[in-house]
Amino acid sequence: MELTNLTITQIYQALIKKEFSALELCQAYLDRIKKEDKKVSAFLTVNEDFALSQAKKIDDIISTSRGIPLLAGIPCAIKDNILVEGIRCTAASKILENYIAPYDATVIKKLKREGCVILGKTNLDEFAMGSSTENSAFGPTRNPYDLTRVPGGSSGGSAAAVAGNLCVYALGSDTGGSIRQPASFCGVVGLKPTYGAVSRYGLIAFASSLDQIGPITKTVEDCQIVFEAISGKDELDSTSVELKSKVKSQKSKVSEIRIGVPKEYFIKGMDPEVEKVIKEAIKKYEEMGAKIEEIKLPHTEYALPCYYIIAPSEAGANLARYDGIKYGYSEIQNPKSKIQNLLDVYLKSREEGFGTEVRRRIMLGTYALSAGYYEAYYLRALKVRTLIKEDFDQAFKKVDVIFTPVSPTPGFKLGEKITDPLTMYLSDIFTVSVNLAGLPALSLPCGKIGKLPVGLQIIGQSFEENKILKIGEIFEKTWPPSSYQK
Amino acid sequence: MITKKEVKHIAKLARLGLPEKEIGKFQGELSKILDYIEKLKEVDIKKITPTSYSIEMENVMRGDEEKEKLKTKKDATLKLLELAPETKNGYLKVKSIF
Repeated sequence: MELTNLTITQIYQALIKKEFSALELCQAYLDRIKKEDKKVSAFLTVNEDFALSQAKKIDDIISTSRGIPLLAGIPCAIKDNILVEGIRCTAASKILENYIAPYDATVIKKLKREGCVILGKTNLDEFAMGSSTENSAFGPTRNPYDLTRVPGGSSGGSAAAVAGNLCVYALGSDTGGSIRQPASFCGVVGLKPTYGAVSRYGLIAFASSLDQIGPITKTVEDCQIVFEAISGKDELDSTSVELKSKVKSQKSKVSEIRIGVPKEYFIKGMDPEVEKVIKEAIKKYEEMGAKIEEIKLPHTEYALPCYYIIAPSEAGANLARYDGIKYGYSEIQNPKSKIQNLLDVYLKSREEGFGTEVRRRIMLGTYALSAGYYEAYYLRALKVRTLIKEDFDQAFKKVDVIFTPVSPTPGFKLGEKITDPLTMYLSDIFTVSVNLAGLPALSLPCGKIGKLPVGLQIIGQSFEENKILKIGEIFEKTWPPSSYQK
Repeated sequence: MITKKEVKHIAKLARLGLPEKEIGKFQGELSKILDYIEKLKEVDIKKITPTSYSIEMENVMRGDEEKEKLKTKKDATLKLLELAPETKNGYLKVKSIF
């Protein structure tokens, strides 16, 4: 049996039946990482001893014939902006190169309680700022489907690790598309939960009103399992809420589903091949009996400029904590440094520690919040955010879910967009609205252009993760990736 | 188009050291992004209330009570201090202000 291409439920069954042990499984993944990750570079840190000892514990429990949770012994990977106690957490930044996490993020605590096996920490764009994972201070990750292309970003390491069978599932974080866009580029399932559905405690903050942690998996079923394990109210994150209902969606018959398709998401400049794949997927739902309705989200074109005020403004404030004094890179430790006073420590530590994109966004946010510009930029953006949210409220009066492309292109070539920040920002054009409105959205593999995967975005109403997962599963079961694999 | 002087001013506000050779680069890139953001001026925002959070938020209160035992608290403090670049007698050490 090939151990490294199984899903969570398949492994669970095999572990209980003792077809293989958790230790064997863990070792198989570690071996594969050793062999394959030289090409993909999905991992920043692999902790063999830690992983193997976790696996061993699960085998001990199984040997005493006690029951195990679904996620017990399942090897996973964690985006390197989520803290795992005792393990280095870099956010792919030089400023945190030697930072050892002093505590577990709430999502990690929850996964550990389930008996998860953490293989290691995955690469990202520095502080999750980027759409290609090229902004990592430790080098880019490559797309397992085509090593000359990017895996997307910022959770590119997590998506590439799942796609490359280097782990069973991974956690990512999504501020403007950072789970969904790499999931789309790498042909895996990615869920950005409703704002507040998953605790952000222990996630290195980027833009606090937009950030959410979510699963990246091989199947929709796996996605549901991981989401259920990590979601829920946490007293350490005051924005987290208890899900209103964990009950599965009532509407499971495809003929009862009303799907909205916003015309604003099929724009000039979009790759026509992507448009074709997405429209075919929508047609397949229609053939299965779903009702397709054209809807309007009139403020769509303002979502990206709105996002690029709000996210950098929040980032500028959040990243003020990296000051060379409490933790992280400090110019004080540089023996050749000419620093003389406290201000020099701030200026130099931040100049040396942060990469170009991070500094660009801090400056942008600082500008938008500075005296004389606050109303023209930041306050205006918050008002436009209201309008974007209201667009969705209106649309959901008529439809159950909204279908759009995840990104206007498939995975692009390394180096293709990195020199022009604005061009890179445009690859988030279809994903940022969802963060501004706080909604849940799924990226579902729905077809390919040559060998490059394309993802369909399924947007739901707040806290209706179960519904969008259910609807995604219908497609996955009827049209599994093998049906369009070339 | 923002000026070089503005770029230097923003960097100072953000406490970012900015090498001379990067000023022009940031000036060009930030201007281009800000031009794109100008698009928001087309939207009529009269009478619109701003949204800071997508969900309704309430202040969360809790009693001001000690939760952890003193010993684990001490361990936690030590752990955090170990991460600091410079400490003295259990305190963070900083350079002088002037």
